Amino acid sequence: MEKRVTFKGWLLPVMLLGPQMVITIVFFFLPAGQAIYQSAFIPDPFGLKTLYVGFENFEFLFTDPYYLASFRTTAIFSGLVTLVSMGVALWLALMADRIIKGSSVYRTLLVWPYAVAPAIAGVLWLFMFNPNVGLVSWYLEQVGYRWNHVLNDAEAMGLVVVASSWGRISYNFLFFLAGLQAIPKSVIEAAAIDGAHFWKRFWTIVFPLLSPTTFFLLVVNIVYAFFETFGVIHTITSGGPKQATTILVYKVYSDGFVGQDLGSSAAQSVVLLFVVGVLTVIQFRYIERKVHY
Amino acid sequence: MKIKNIFLATTVAAATLWSTTAMAATEIQWWHAFTGRLGTLLAEQVDKFNASQSNYVVVGSHKGNYSETLNAGIAAFRAGEQPHILMVFEVGTATMMGAKGAIKPVYEVMAEGGAPFDPDGYLGPVKGYYTTTDGKMLSLPYNSSTPVLYVNKDALKSAGLDPAMDLSTWEMVGGALDKLKASGHKCPLTTAWQSWVHLENFSAWHNQAFATKDNGFADLSTELSFNGPAQVKHIQQMGDWAKDGKFVYFGRRNEGGANFRAGECAFFTESSAGYAGVKKEAKFEFEIRPLPYWSDVAGAPQNTIIGGSSLWVMAGKTDDEYKGVSQFLSFLSSSDIQAKWHQNTGYLPITIAASEQTKAEGFYDKNPGTDIAIMQMTGKAPTANSKGLRLGSFDQIRGLIDEELEAVWSGDKTAQVALDSAVERGNRLLRRFEKANK
Repeated sequence: MEKRVTFKGWLLPVMLLGPQMVITIVFFFLPAGQAIYQSAFIPDPFGLKTLYVGFENFEFLFTDPYYLASFRTTAIFSGLVTLVSMGVALWLALMADRIIKGSSVYRTLLVWPYAVAPAIAGVLWLFMFNPNVGLVSWYLEQVGYRWNHVLNDAEAMGLVVVASSWGRISYNFLFFLAGLQAIPKSVIEAAAIDGAHFWKRFWTIVFPLLSPTTFFLLVVNIVYAFFETFGVIHTITSGGPKQATTILVYKVYSDGFVGQDLGSSAAQSVVLLFVVGVLTVIQFRYIERKVHY
Repeated sequence: MKIKNIFLATTVAAATLWSTTAMAATEIQWWHAFTGRLGTLLAEQVDKFNASQSNYVVVGSHKGNYSETLNAGIAAFRAGEQPHILMVFEVGTATMMGAKGAIKPVYEVMAEGGAPFDPDGYLGPVKGYYTTTDGKMLSLPYNSSTPVLYVNKDALKSAGLDPAMDLSTWEMVGGALDKLKASGHKCPLTTAWQSWVHLENFSAWHNQAFATKDNGFADLSTELSFNGPAQVKHIQQMGDWAKDGKFVYFGRRNEGGANFRAGECAFFTESSAGYAGVKKEAKFEFEIRPLPYWSDVAGAPQNTIIGGSSLWVMAGKTDDEYKGVSQFLSFLSSSDIQAKWHQNTGYLPITIAASEQTKAEGFYDKNPGTDIAIMQMTGKAPTANSKGLRLGSFDQIRGLIDEELEAVWSGDKTAQVALDSAVERGNRLLRRFEKANK
């Protein structure tokens, strides 16, 4: 007997799949196709004339050492954002999972930052660390440290990483907490009876059982760091000092919308599309093998 | 009773609606980038024009900062919904000039519209930025400013310096910076708009080419040339001052203004348009001085160039609408409007008549230093190096100049290396622009 559930006829499956397919085509495939098409041209900003250049836009990019440096910046930035936002979220989820009294208040408060739009988050952090009027930078100066992220690369990177991770911690926290609560208490209790202390239990039981959640968050967070952190970078550093925080997606924006160089911007989008595609394939082929469902 | 009232109100409302539609005036859309005080002053000009006649209604819409306004205009043009008038900052000039089918040159609009207009009434360096090499005005200068030196006199006094001291050269300013630093001052010098002040205007002020082919005016095949000895020497000096804590950098735009206005900085190089803000906030005695120059550079001081915006008329509108546009532009260039704008904002009086009128009204006597910007710009007839800049992708080029200058201020690169790199990177963009606009 056939075990799978099958549909009779084709109308219902098409109707069920249709909306998702339409959304994917309209919002993903068409723009991506458009970007690939445009990357072979140098158009003028007003769309009056376009010049076919083949692969020249890509050649222009890959002979630019500053574009290549942007890959490194993006890797560092995405790595740090993913690490910080997932690490802190996991820690908070572990702690929130243990407390009994007032846990709902604690959880609610931790989720709040997710409601703050990235650009607003950027402005908030910028106000705190503004070298002129920032509260934190003022305190730092009191203890003898001159904070100036407009000239110091590491400080600028640190600031955009923290600002980008902050709201994301809430999101990750929710998933980690749900993941932790799905782990059967009996397993943990059995380990406790066997004498395993908290960290032993965490590394040998909780963490492996949490791996599907962790894997999902890893993929989602890397995509977030690649694409959605634009607002934070734009409001805090605009890619500076020098090019210390110019990540790939920020360069797409500044070349396309500030520089009006739509050909180069389209080519960069294609490169970005490719990079994220490769990353996702790697994640699913190699990391997913280590995931226990 | 109540129902009767409602009925009455509805009738009145309907009647008003009817009458406005019946005498509908032609609408002229103006997209601009001004908010706050500038936005209010701009709205006043619009209201005044609308009240002065009944055939046209100008509607001003704020579309974000300069870059965003230009983008909005471009996107709208692509969608066929462009405004009649678009405010574009001076860096976008080459982009707009390249867009032959998207704009209608101002000289054409004015000639066809028949409204009174005298392009020769504009100050030479202001007009020069927006005219073709054969003297045809492409866009109407709106707000223009030029960089000057703001001096905190109290800071000089407390460092034991004479606040009336001569500060016309960088050598003299350098001496004052040493004294200020020695007296423990935390921020002897800061700047706004570093590329505009310390490279673009620096080059014009010292009669050095910023780019070949008359700074891009003559041909699209222009190449950047701001890595010459004079510019390198100046940027290296600024870098050395930064290392010694004599020049403090706060950001790419005018972030340093907050520090100067708070009294933290002694010297501040910033647009003349910053005057109103400084006057309003500064709780110390301040003075405006001409931008300093290096006395060992032959030909300095020449004249400085402008920053600001001009108004571009977009293509694809009806003759009647263009007639309205020409009337509005003519109204904007009248000396009353210009003199008021100049006095309220610190922007340059862009017509000679407005300048004369302001002088006659005794404004400069009451506000000493506000005429320095004009003298700085008009002291000498502009040369090929000081007429202005016309470079494609200039917004991006400024961005990469900012990056390279930051590398000098933080000590990562020498001025020579940084400027060479900026020139090389900028030239790549210029070649792309040339290709796209041929």
